[in-house]
Amino acid sequence: MADIQESVRNYAERFKSAKLRERPLSAHLKALEAESIHIMREVAAEFANPVMLYSIGKDSAVMLHLALKAFYPSRPPFPLQHVDTTFKFRDMITYRDALAEALGLEMRVEINQEAVDRGVNPWDSGSQLHTQLLKTEALRAAMNRHGYDAAFGGARRDEEKSRAKERIFSFRDTNHGWDPKNQRPELWRNYNTKIRKGESIRVFPLSNWTELDIWQYILEDDIPIVPLYYAAHRPVVERDGQVIMVDDERLPLQDGEKPDLRMVRFRTLGCYPLTGAVESSAQTLEEIVLEMLTARTSERSGRLIDHDEAGSMEKKKREGYF
Amino acid sequence: MDTQTSRADVMERLTQSGQHGVLRFLTCGSVDDGKSTLIGRLLYDSKLLFEDQINVLERDSRKHGTAGDEIDFALLLDGLEAEREQGITIDVAYRFFATEKRKFVVADTPGHEQYTRNMATGASTADAAVMMIDARKGVLVQTLRHTYIARMMGIRHIVLAVNKMDLVEHGRTRFHEIVAEYMKNAEELGFETITPIPMSARYGDNVTRHSESMSWYKGPTLLEHLEELDITTDIESEPFRMPVQWVNRPNLNFRGYSGTVVSGKVKPGDAIVVSQSGLAANVERIVTADGDLEIAQAGDAVTLVLNHEIDISRGDVLAAAEERPEVSDQFAAELLWMAEDDLLPGRSYLLKIGTATTPATISALKHKVDINTYEKKPSRKLEMNGIGMCNVSTARPIAFDPYHTIRDMGAFILIDRFTNQTVGAGMISFGLRRASNIHHHAMDVTKADRAQLKAQKPAILWFTGLSGAGKSTVANIVERKLASAGHHTYSLDGDNVRHGLNRDLGFTDEDRVENIRRIGEVGKLFVDAGLLVTCSFISPFRSERRMVRELVDEGEFIEVFVDTPLEVCMERDPKGLYKKAQAGEIKNFTGFDSPYEAPESPEIRVDTTSISAEEAADQVIAKLRELGRLG
Repeated sequence: MADIQESVRNYAERFKSAKLRERPLSAHLKALEAESIHIMREVAAEFANPVMLYSIGKDSAVMLHLALKAFYPSRPPFPLQHVDTTFKFRDMITYRDALAEALGLEMRVEINQEAVDRGVNPWDSGSQLHTQLLKTEALRAAMNRHGYDAAFGGARRDEEKSRAKERIFSFRDTNHGWDPKNQRPELWRNYNTKIRKGESIRVFPLSNWTELDIWQYILEDDIPIVPLYYAAHRPVVERDGQVIMVDDERLPLQDGEKPDLRMVRFRTLGCYPLTGAVESSAQTLEEIVLEMLTARTSERSGRLIDHDEAGSMEKKKREGYF
Repeated sequence: MDTQTSRADVMERLTQSGQHGVLRFLTCGSVDDGKSTLIGRLLYDSKLLFEDQINVLERDSRKHGTAGDEIDFALLLDGLEAEREQGITIDVAYRFFATEKRKFVVADTPGHEQYTRNMATGASTADAAVMMIDARKGVLVQTLRHTYIARMMGIRHIVLAVNKMDLVEHGRTRFHEIVAEYMKNAEELGFETITPIPMSARYGDNVTRHSESMSWYKGPTLLEHLEELDITTDIESEPFRMPVQWVNRPNLNFRGYSGTVVSGKVKPGDAIVVSQSGLAANVERIVTADGDLEIAQAGDAVTLVLNHEIDISRGDVLAAAEERPEVSDQFAAELLWMAEDDLLPGRSYLLKIGTATTPATISALKHKVDINTYEKKPSRKLEMNGIGMCNVSTARPIAFDPYHTIRDMGAFILIDRFTNQTVGAGMISFGLRRASNIHHHAMDVTKADRAQLKAQKPAILWFTGLSGAGKSTVANIVERKLASAGHHTYSLDGDNVRHGLNRDLGFTDEDRVENIRRIGEVGKLFVDAGLLVTCSFISPFRSERRMVRELVDEGEFIEVFVDTPLEVCMERDPKGLYKKAQAGEIKNFTGFDSPYEAPESPEIRVDTTSISAEEAADQVIAKLRELGRLG
């Protein structure tokens, strides 16, 4: 784990005194970066109690990176909020804590302890109940506990059909619900930030980024990410056509299952029993980007929760999911 | 994969794919013209759909599809459950794809009339519009409607996609008929390019590959055209503008202004001004997390540090000192109404332009546009999806440029103050006051300095009441008493104003309003000079008195209601005016054949039937002392 600590420390140094880039950023990434920064500054200026929902993955890494840039030389004027299901990969938690410490940012962690104590988990409770209690409920609890009026999320429109329809400033009622049929028109870069007490806005600064943009930006701007994105020999089992990593003893093996050492990596990081790995030899960012350029499946194919039913994401979002 | 993959190799491949930059376009047109099918086809043929997405699509096509056994591409985009069930597009969907030449963001917008506002949402960020037409149906009302909105939103390029050519036997004549019909309507709108392409999206003909069935068509396929379309603008050669989003103050040694440059360029050393206040400074540094820049231009998100401290906050627009935006509280704008409740002139909304938000009213609806025929018609209201030209009046002056010159400086939204819904989208055409080009020059001696020298707090004492109520009599005594106590005063009344400044005004309603407006402005200047100004005018309408109140700062307008009943005034009749009015010699006489709206909550009310004018004056002065205006 020494390299996580070190890469994160080096990263934090960059925001103490700005240095000129050696190569200019690709033009389209520069435009996306500027758009995201603009969105973040609008939120910081217009909301009383904003927060960044931070989920440790590559999109969160980019979103946080953009926030560090948006307010430089100030630090982002909001805390980070992680909703921890307690089923995250170990490396994710190590990375999360190291990053918050090195950057001196407040990392708030919300756990639905009641559900954890009752033994809710992805394999016995099923992915739907697991997500409902440990993610959606925990998120709503965090929103209520801290009274956030705006929350940044790292969702992108290219991820999923219902996300493709969502506004950048997405209104949530007092129950954190989304009404897809009654969204506020959103024109130009002129965002309506007006809400009443108890209501909130989810803000998606990465709306117009694609998965490839995210990787290209991580490459061009040297952003440290959780090592699970890089291919390595990892113990895995195959379940329902998905390659599941045996991160530690939290994953109970089924009869006849025997972990196999395979060269795999993750394109997306969620709860480890619900996130499938892909066979890959990409050990560097360059190789990951090249792999992306020839990919034949979408990243969310590795997310079991999206397969529950058609429209499952829309349903979760209406209930207050990210 | 080669483990020696170098960054240079990867970068080369990546830059190749983006060499023509990003093109944002929207598809629009009527219901069932095949918009979603077209985009699905573009993604499918460009090999941009992932295998798992195709699997889901095939499954959904069997369940909800309208294309028989074939893949129903519309299901790829209609992401909401209600859309899949009803088989229609409700909201804008954004899709992303790339070819070797260019990256694309496509907004798929709804065709139904009740979702016109969603189409405008998609159009507001698009460079080009693909206007779909069903070759069997030809140009429809909705085609013209969307064409108008596209132009209004500033889209410069139209692709006329004449779709479903397979259903009209790929007929060349039919195609030219439709193009001619469209041109007849669209030509006058002044698009830079209109490119007609005959196609059949369902089979991919002339979408991504040339059609064998339409060999008579020699032009580019849709994709070829979109890859090559020149969308460069001259926004970087417009004057520098940057609305301030956020004041960046990490510590006492750093003060920067963060925002996105929306037009022009800026370099260290450049002279800039704060548009609204006229305060000037020079740019010292352009700060970013990637180091200080030599130059920033339209589109860049930066933080500017100036060479000396001036008062700047969110909502201010930093602009090139040599070429400033207009600053005004009244302007003409084209407005698209998006709420179910009609737009009512006179109602107060919140207006957000750039980073500034201020209360605003539509002061006049000049005409409504019938976007089916493009005719201008008079109207008193605007219903949902209606478009009109109107005059807008804001509570505070705002800095702006015409929408079609600098988009971000002329685009505003209106927000309902009760529901917080975005109810209108406006595009500023021009400022309405000649004064809008007169820029405030920041003076070294301020109102506060002048007031301090005089040891008093300046104010307008506004005496209102019927003719003969005793306004001038009381005001005269008040001024005399103030002056003898060493205060600096001035008095405005009908005599010294009507004979000079307002000599050109009569007694019609419009002239009465203008009379009070001018007096208010003069009163404001005297307040700025540090004086206590008495104004004695009948000023029968509440709205005018409120107008004057809003001209000056809080506490500077003191309304004195000289409350004398009409019978008493008529009996006094010091100038014999009531007699003339009774004889019909004077028309529109207040209290007689013209109404007087008594103040609801004046700062001071004096009753001249129970006390003398002298006592009334003492009452006024006592109140002034209580309000702290006398130092």
